[in-house]
Amino acid sequence: MRLDARLRFDTLVVGAGNRLAVAAARAVAESPGTVYNPLFIYGGTGLGKTHLLGGIGHLAEALQPGSEVEYVTLEEFVGQLLAATSTGQIELFSRRYERCSVLLIDDVQFLTGHREMQAELLKLFERMQRAGRQIVLTSDRPPAEIRDVDERLISRLSGGLIVDVTAPDFETRVAILRANCEERHLTFKEGVLEELAQFSFGNVRELQGALNRLVAHQALGVDDAPRPAQPAGRPTGEFEDFLSDVSSVVQEHVESWQARLAEARQYWQGEGYKTGVIERALTLPREPDVAGLLATFAAAIEHLRNLERTATSVDPSLGGNSVFRDPERMAEAEDLVERALAGATPPDGPSPAFVREAFEVSSSNQLAAHAADTVVAEPGTKYNPLLFHGPSGVGKTHLLNAIGNALLASSGGRMVVACVHAQKFIDELIAAIQGGTIERWRLRYRHADALIIDDVQFVAGKERTQDELFLLFNALAGAGKQIVLTSDRTPAEIPDLEARLRSRFEGGLVVPIQAPDRTLRQRLFARYLADAGRPADDALLTLLADQPVQSVREIVGVVNRLGAAADASRTPISVQLARAELGLATPYAGVLAVSTVATRDSVPYDAEKIVWEWPDATARLIEELR
Amino acid sequence: MSLVNYATREITCKIVYYGPGRSGKTTNLHYIYSQVPADRKGQMVSLATQTDRTLFFDFLPLDLGTISGFTTRFQLYTVPGQVYYQTTRKLVLQGADGVVFVADSQARQLGENVESMQDLHANLADHGIDARTIPLVIQYNKRDLPEDLLLPVPELDEQLNFRNVPSFAADALHGPGVFETLRAVSELVLRKLSTSGGGRF
Repeated sequence: MRLDARLRFDTLVVGAGNRLAVAAARAVAESPGTVYNPLFIYGGTGLGKTHLLGGIGHLAEALQPGSEVEYVTLEEFVGQLLAATSTGQIELFSRRYERCSVLLIDDVQFLTGHREMQAELLKLFERMQRAGRQIVLTSDRPPAEIRDVDERLISRLSGGLIVDVTAPDFETRVAILRANCEERHLTFKEGVLEELAQFSFGNVRELQGALNRLVAHQALGVDDAPRPAQPAGRPTGEFEDFLSDVSSVVQEHVESWQARLAEARQYWQGEGYKTGVIERALTLPREPDVAGLLATFAAAIEHLRNLERTATSVDPSLGGNSVFRDPERMAEAEDLVERALAGATPPDGPSPAFVREAFEVSSSNQLAAHAADTVVAEPGTKYNPLLFHGPSGVGKTHLLNAIGNALLASSGGRMVVACVHAQKFIDELIAAIQGGTIERWRLRYRHADALIIDDVQFVAGKERTQDELFLLFNALAGAGKQIVLTSDRTPAEIPDLEARLRSRFEGGLVVPIQAPDRTLRQRLFARYLADAGRPADDALLTLLADQPVQSVREIVGVVNRLGAAADASRTPISVQLARAELGLATPYAGVLAVSTVATRDSVPYDAEKIVWEWPDATARLIEELR
Repeated sequence: MSLVNYATREITCKIVYYGPGRSGKTTNLHYIYSQVPADRKGQMVSLATQTDRTLFFDFLPLDLGTISGFTTRFQLYTVPGQVYYQTTRKLVLQGADGVVFVADSQARQLGENVESMQDLHANLADHGIDARTIPLVIQYNKRDLPEDLLLPVPELDEQLNFRNVPSFAADALHGPGVFETLRAVSELVLRKLSTSGGGRF
């Protein structure tokens, strides 16, 4: 079939609706078979698809003289194929089309249902493409929408470039009308063509039809009448036209990413979550990574839900707390959960029985007392950790608890002071490991504002406890929280204590608390006797202070014993009673006692384990010797 | 209030028909109203005097239904054209997304057209709106009158359309040009979305 000589690129008006298609068609005509093969052009009827095919054909012929360009509508193609089949000349048919360098097929939407046609076409396409021959097709719809067509053929049709042509805009319509008038040597008054082009014709044919009517009116002598030029195929009312116009503009300008975000925002708000992040993303001038953003947001919500579950397992009243509804308050939510876990079972605090005021100070413990006061005044800054060491019963535990109580008091009770015996610390850890609640156990202690551990030498040799203590120590010390420890010996003397812990223990201040000296002993006896409601005179206090007691606990023991004896004899505590009760009846005993004190002072063993009532037996022995 | 509310998925356009008295602003709205299918018709509010002159303003809500998931509403207002309703005009103009200037094509009304156009610019400036950026279209109404009474469109363009905005010849009484005008202003307003990020002006 011959190409219409008028259908050339130079007679084609290019506008926004067909610019891409024209560019592709030109490229194909200039170098057939190389750039887009096949080229598939689709669009509504009367928008210039056939004109484009003509343009390609004419240009290809002009640029490559002698090249064979074949233009055929699908209907004709089918007719030829059927004829060839019926006369047994299908080979001839195939060869004819394989020979041409550019094959232009119009209206391929009619492929629907022609199965054998499709098979034949597929074979032909394969051979032509292999041989580098150009195929251009047009249709009123994209390949995927042509019904009942072999998948392979569709994929082949879609394999090159698919472009669409759309209805011309106002400017293009004017240009088309002007080109048309020029071609037909028609003249109108200024503004007439523009007026005509104002009507949104669905396609160029309608536009030309309207122009023809105008020409007819003109020929009848009616002055230019733009108003009756209503396009023929105009659908229902003007309002619908207006509506569809608005729709397309909205679709074009209301970007889908914003719609997606808005949708997500609505969804999460419906779920009760704050969506500040999405709201801010909506105000961005450009499209952000919407998928990534929404995925992150969903992950954050999931995390919040987990946190809320954990929190309510500890404290049901935390359910529905607003921090679990706002991904931007994630840190707060995590903190709340941590607090909930820690607060559910806070570590033991200091015993209120031990107060700083009751701690008597003398030269044997004044350094320790001073260090304790400094720590209370400046927790976590000056001496961290503070470690007291000394024999049992010299007041380490008292001072330790006194520090804890003073810290609590100075913070108005807001501080969390963990004050435990090392053995309790170890037992809790073992229970936590057993119960699988190690994380909660850690949080409890890490939440503390001060950590006080009594008899820390107990952790020696316990690997896991030392690990945990090491981590806890670092966490707290790193956060500027005060740590106070006691031990029965210096860190260096604790066997099986890991070097990393030892060096940390020694990193603050290590203070000894020694056995009470005479002054302290006298003061302590006076105080405990007074506390027991048994005032003592100086002679008694001097006698008692001379007793070789090694610890405060012994002093309490002596006071209790004297009190019991006094009650039994119904007399106040006197020097005699004390002598008798303490086995100091004779001066010899006193001498012996003094020597015992000297001996004991030089031997570093636990005074508590010593039976020190020996002088009583000695006295009896001397009595017998008499 | 923004033109496009992504949160509530609403698009609301306020379009004001501006122009001298008796140029046919209300007639424009009446014609649009007559074309709206019954199910989309809002109540047209017209505050008119007994002689059918717009006293305060006309208000025609157009519910365009859901477009791309957005509930789309157009609010069409007219201003009273008479010179002495200056305050009302200014009030109605507040928050407008687009303006249709309805000019009377009659030669003898040219002076009033020019005056009203100047008034529009003054009022826009009072609202802090740049007259060069607000979507504006001009409609030359009453093209149905005998031609010897009318100024030709190019001359009207010459006199009124110095910014070269889209202009339309119309016969608001019978319909031609009414929807073309509305369509043009709507398109300008909606196109502005992409450049202004959805906010008003």
